[in-house]
Amino acid sequence: MTELETAIQAHGLVKRYGELEAVRGIDLEVQGGEIFGFLGPNGAGKSTTISILCTLLTPTAGTARVAGIDVMQDPAGVRQRIGLVFQDPSLDDQLTGRENLEFHAFIYSVPASIRRRRIDEMLELLQLTERAGSQVRTFSGGMKRRLEIARGMLHEPQILFLDEPTLGLDPQTRQSIWNHLNELRSRKGITIFMTTHYMDEAEYCDRIAIIDRGKIVALGTPDQLKAMVGGDVVTMTSSQPEAAAREITELLGVTPSRQNGTLRMEVADGKAFVPRLVRELIAPVDTVTLRRPSLDDVFVKLTGHAIRDEEAGTKDQMRMMGRAWMGRRR
Amino acid sequence: MSTEVAIKQSSDAARTQHVPANIRMASLRAIYIIWYRDILRYWRDRWRLGASLAQPLLFLIVFGSGLSSSLKGSTSFGASGGLSYIQFMYPGIIGMAILFTAIFGAMSIVWDREFGFLKEVLVAPIDRSSVAIGKALGGTTQAMIQGLILLVLAPFVGVKLSVLTVLTLIPLAAVLAFGLSSFGVALASTMKSMQGFQVVMNFLMMPMFFLSGALFPLSGLPGWMTVLTRLDPASYGIDPLRRVVLSQSGLPSAVIDKLGLTINGQVLPIMLEAGIMLAFGIVMLAIAVVSFKRRD
Repeated sequence: MTELETAIQAHGLVKRYGELEAVRGIDLEVQGGEIFGFLGPNGAGKSTTISILCTLLTPTAGTARVAGIDVMQDPAGVRQRIGLVFQDPSLDDQLTGRENLEFHAFIYSVPASIRRRRIDEMLELLQLTERAGSQVRTFSGGMKRRLEIARGMLHEPQILFLDEPTLGLDPQTRQSIWNHLNELRSRKGITIFMTTHYMDEAEYCDRIAIIDRGKIVALGTPDQLKAMVGGDVVTMTSSQPEAAAREITELLGVTPSRQNGTLRMEVADGKAFVPRLVRELIAPVDTVTLRRPSLDDVFVKLTGHAIRDEEAGTKDQMRMMGRAWMGRRR
Repeated sequence: MSTEVAIKQSSDAARTQHVPANIRMASLRAIYIIWYRDILRYWRDRWRLGASLAQPLLFLIVFGSGLSSSLKGSTSFGASGGLSYIQFMYPGIIGMAILFTAIFGAMSIVWDREFGFLKEVLVAPIDRSSVAIGKALGGTTQAMIQGLILLVLAPFVGVKLSVLTVLTLIPLAAVLAFGLSSFGVALASTMKSMQGFQVVMNFLMMPMFFLSGALFPLSGLPGWMTVLTRLDPASYGIDPLRRVVLSQSGLPSAVIDKLGLTINGQVLPIMLEAGIMLAFGIVMLAIAVVSFKRRD
């Protein structure tokens, strides 16, 4: 498989549903072999964009080339060259793991001579060999996800698209999915395009686009994005927060923001700042923390609001309940 | 960069040139695996298999035996050459099993949509018509298996079947199964939720069964009902089954004709009935294909 120079190119993508503009002019370019993350809250337009790139939706305006092929002109050509892992489960859980993969191999025309070998390889790679003969309804959530990733990789796509691949999984399982994705990338040289609304997850990506209300508000490596916050984040608590805040502004030239009793400030060099803070403040300093900015900080800075899971979480909760229910039911 | 793009495009063009043969092969493969999955699930779901046999058995043994005894003196049965109601009903019950299994089998598309699997099929780089055809053939096969299992009961209801009869019944049952299964796929392709399924059950399948002549002769009915029974596609599939089964039991053909399906008093030849059923199936399948291709 040759590594593509440019895996995905999109220009001015717009998707309108009547009055609602779900995607409002998205431009992006994803290099071959990259893990590219699409980060944003629910309803920001992530799934719509990924659906356009996967040819499942036609854009209202704009163009996109995926694996060098125009998504509007040759959708089947695009689909043969990409792997898809949907947000919602799409396995037949009355079939075994291997049977699900065989089904996929047939409808994606994987040649008969290599079908078995390819299936074995993917099962091995995602550590499903032992359970390959069991019906999928006996699988855990993480195993189902891994099987879907194995299935998406079966026809050797150049790009793997994953829509919220770790949604509803526990932290260890999420970690293991990430390890598998990294291994796939290094073993197969595949490009990975994924959406997530987990900030901590986006850090695994080579590059991230932060999307809010249908537009990309920032694009870069996690470090580049964090640098936009302006250095380090220092928080402190004090029994006299008003006095402390005033003194910090006057003596240290930084304006802290106050959340409850905690003062939060962004400074260029946190390691040098903390000793000065402790030394020069007259007001009592109870606790001080110093940390590198997280993508949460970036998101807050860029959009003025936080990605909170509970904010748009009802849909996810229903989805997770649906998964749990279906797992039991079938 | 631009030459690279040009190369890429020309290789794409080369690829599309030998696509026709590829697409045909890919479609056949897709039809096969969609069919195969249905059969696999059918065999694996022993409960469903058992339950779907229980219903025809219940009809045949309880309903059939009960009515047989009370109809003994009636003119159309007791008097007509020793034909019992249960013998009359037997081919109808085979038809019923085929009717229910075919439509249920094909309607599993609705189930697949609900549980997400349909998405895996619809995004694949295959022609959507293979989905409709594969599903229709899957339903046909399941219904055929169901119908053939019921043939084993023939001795118990006093129906003698020769090898030749069975060989005649198989294609006739297949045509019925195909017609109804295609009908099911066409229905399911337009249906978005499981709710619609119940509606189909109560307002389509049951009336189709009752009007099909599975339980009573389609002659001498009130005018409105005569019209409805002739509009029921299942009638044209069950009548040939009955003719073949009854002619084997040595009944005079005049009696068989009297019990059978007529239009304007004219007896329809078996081949014409099979032809009507086949045509119905093909039209339904075409509707299903169009409907699958249209939806996003």
